[in-house]
Amino acid sequence: MSAQTALMQEKAGRSGPDLNTQALHMDARRESLRLLALLSPSLLLVFAIIIVPIGWLFWLSLFDEAGAFSPANYARFFEQASYIKTFITTFKVAFIVTGACVLLGYPLAYMLSQLPRRAASICLIFVILPFWTSVLVRTYAWLVILQRKGLINSWLIDLGVISQPLSLANNFSGVVIGMTHILLPFLVLPLYASMKTIDTDCLRAGMNLGADPAATFRQIFFPLSLPGLASGVVIVFVLCLGFFVTPALMGGGKVIMWAMRMEQTTSLYSNWGAGAALGVVLLVVTLALLGLFQWLLGARATGVWSSR
Amino acid sequence: MNRTRSVSIVAMAGLMASLAAPAMAGDTITVASWGGTYQDAQTKAFFKPTADALGITIKEDTTNGLDDVRLQVTGNAVKWDITELGADECARGSKEGLFEKLDYGIIDKSGINPKLVHDDWVGISYTSVVLIYRTDVFGDKGPKTWADFWNVEKFPGRRALSGSQATETLSVAALAEGIPIDKVYPVDIDGALKSVDKIRGHIDAWWTSGAQAMQLVKDGEVDMASIWNGRAGTLKKEGAPVSFSFDQGVLTADCMVIPKGSKNKEAAMKALAMFVSPQLQANLPLYVDNGPVNEKAFETGKIPQDRIKDINSAPENVKKQVLQDAKFWRDNLVEATEKFNNLIQQ
Repeated sequence: MSAQTALMQEKAGRSGPDLNTQALHMDARRESLRLLALLSPSLLLVFAIIIVPIGWLFWLSLFDEAGAFSPANYARFFEQASYIKTFITTFKVAFIVTGACVLLGYPLAYMLSQLPRRAASICLIFVILPFWTSVLVRTYAWLVILQRKGLINSWLIDLGVISQPLSLANNFSGVVIGMTHILLPFLVLPLYASMKTIDTDCLRAGMNLGADPAATFRQIFFPLSLPGLASGVVIVFVLCLGFFVTPALMGGGKVIMWAMRMEQTTSLYSNWGAGAALGVVLLVVTLALLGLFQWLLGARATGVWSSR
Repeated sequence: MNRTRSVSIVAMAGLMASLAAPAMAGDTITVASWGGTYQDAQTKAFFKPTADALGITIKEDTTNGLDDVRLQVTGNAVKWDITELGADECARGSKEGLFEKLDYGIIDKSGINPKLVHDDWVGISYTSVVLIYRTDVFGDKGPKTWADFWNVEKFPGRRALSGSQATETLSVAALAEGIPIDKVYPVDIDGALKSVDKIRGHIDAWWTSGAQAMQLVKDGEVDMASIWNGRAGTLKKEGAPVSFSFDQGVLTADCMVIPKGSKNKEAAMKALAMFVSPQLQANLPLYVDNGPVNEKAFETGKIPQDRIKDINSAPENVKKQVLQDAKFWRDNLVEATEKFNNLIQQ
């Protein structure tokens, strides 16, 4: 508002350009301060419930059982081979589950985005419905389906496809199947939303210029859907890293993920710092990966723009 | 006006009544235990009769174990006056100074195994780790000893052991090596780990909760497993085709403590004395499979003769089992558990 006034004043030539720049500058600063003041309650909240606890977590992780300042909680990761192994397992699961979600979720979201509105909303209900069911219930359901005397094995044996039951539960594959199912909506929903916003005129223009459907998809639709895919991938990947219930129940104690290790370590050592150190490591590595991802995506996005 | 006055008179009378009442009656203490059917049984066996006899109110809560107590005591926010823990947790918490000293002038310790009577904690009940197998797979010729369980040629089949209770699995592993029950403690940890190493390739699931152990056996996901006797008993009652015995069982005690800073220490001490008394201890096996810690409970005549043989802490059954040594695990738990985790997560 006042910026406009300043502009009008300038046009009217009532004051010099220097004075106007100054006034505009002042104005901009005043406005940003006002915005900051408006934001302060929420910033304060974020500070109180996110920054302070994380800082505290970091602080706690630097003390040993006797309360003395020491790197013991971090040194443990290198002394005990199982920590590194757990860390690798965690990222292995996260990569595989994210990959499975992309492979299953992208075609699904694409189909949903192409369906007429009514049919799409009915199909979406089927995506969202499991989303509202407790993770614990869904995990147990998978156990019933996948275990040795579960549905899949008894059907396959009855049909004569296999003679010995397959090991689907209580191992790595059980964890991946259970987690993929639970995390799929987190990929499909943002992806579907971004696919819906893709301007169909762009696709028609591509066809008009002689591109076949595959080329249209590859060169127009897919690049435009990438931001939605990226946000879905990030959400799924980060959620994977902190998963507890599904690997605990489906892994048969053989797939130990970082969150499970955190629980074990916290109860084993009479010291919050022991668990806190695990939290800090996961947080730092996750942030680093997200940063890397952002950077890669940024480079890729500019690549897309420049090729245009 | 009149109304206000009468209300205030009633209030005054109430206040006076509560002041005049004896210090003990009207006290409220909070007791925390593990919840579920076990705590329901404790309510009927211990808490209700104690509340009635002492004229106090016993509120109940549930605990997740030592971490909860530590959080309350170190955070100066003690909610509980008595809480249950595993014996090794009691031993560890005692070392950390988290509990009030117990007054054995009030608590009668006779009939309780001296290994479970300490300055600041006392045993309350027993759980056993037993070997269970499915009779639809093995008939009555299933694995009877831990050496059988380790013998994958003679007893082929899928197996589960506890992955969360390293102390129990290591005791079992020592038994599997043929160590007699009275020589298991002090556990040769490296030897026990070697024994675990022999079987770990044949373990299809390392369970982390009693419910999971039960589900694995019930659904036939495994053919044999280590399991807590309460869960095994429930499976049998539900009609699952299973068999187990107390031979080579591992007896684990639970204990009770008064967290440091309890506001009702005196009432808690009297209540705890009631909980471990033979009369109330004898109530426990009437409701649940966890055996009484006070052996005099078996002399009260309250427990039916045909029930005694099914109770893990009946003198006959105690002889067949190894008692977990809380003090040993207090000093070795962390190291042993880390080594155990390293091994089974390979």
